[in-house]
Amino acid sequence: MPSGTAPLENTDPPTPDETQLLVQLRAGDPVAFEKLVRTYGSRLLAVAHRFLHNEDEARDVLQDALLSAFKALDRFEGNARLSTWLHRIVVNTSLMRLRSRRRSLEEPIDELLPKFLEDGHQALPAESWRDSSEMMLEREQTCSLVRRCIERLPDSYRTVLLLRDIEELDTEEAARLLGVTPNAVKVRLHRARQALRSLLDPHLRRQPAGRMGTAP
Amino acid sequence: MTEKPYITCRELIEFLLDYLTGELAEERSVEFERHLAVCPSCVAYIRSYEETIRLGRMAFISPDAPAGESEEVPEDLVKAILAARGK
Repeated sequence: MPSGTAPLENTDPPTPDETQLLVQLRAGDPVAFEKLVRTYGSRLLAVAHRFLHNEDEARDVLQDALLSAFKALDRFEGNARLSTWLHRIVVNTSLMRLRSRRRSLEEPIDELLPKFLEDGHQALPAESWRDSSEMMLEREQTCSLVRRCIERLPDSYRTVLLLRDIEELDTEEAARLLGVTPNAVKVRLHRARQALRSLLDPHLRRQPAGRMGTAP
Repeated sequence: MTEKPYITCRELIEFLLDYLTGELAEERSVEFERHLAVCPSCVAYIRSYEETIRLGRMAFISPDAPAGESEEVPEDLVKAILAARGK
């Protein structure tokens, strides 16, 4: 069984509309498959696009994922939302596509992690960011900035950040899809968030920035 | 009685994820709180770390997000998928 079509645990059951659609799909109703594509396709295409940053590859992934899902319908146990199941298949198909890309030398992330003095204090004290309400006034620009910064993260860190913080998979499921231990996911997630924070920091500091001390 | 030394900024930031998810032992959490009470830099760091998570989520649910989720699937893609299914 492809891992993306594996049973899901601890999720809500299908909605009545989904249950009806499932019955029609399993009966081989071609109209039902088109309905599935039109109902879920847009959201799923956005998911694939987040991982791949490439329109053509995202479209290929959506197609492959929906065909895989259709073939695996008999194995869908109906104990989860159909939308959640499809989401996981698209995430997994996107990850497989990422893995199949020719591997390039990954940009190191160390430069984006906080630096410490020998005594363990922060080398550069952190400064406060602007209030959330201020950022909301410039929501469009802020969102665009955040997306650009996420794109700058090395693939292995960006992927974990997307899986955990954006697609909201839990640590265990992210670990299973990536073929790593849950602890490795936690370490990578923490580094990815720290690196993203460093990239955002110069743009979001409260101005004028005041110097602050560190702990004794 | 000598007061226990503070944990360092490095220790706090290294185990920040566990602290924020409540996975630290209570005694360890107390050490974190003690450090935070005297370290405005770490307080600022934690706030901006949490804001980073929130902004990441916001960036992809924003109406102007690329490949907008409110849009319909491109018609040519729908046709391609339906055709591929028929093969």
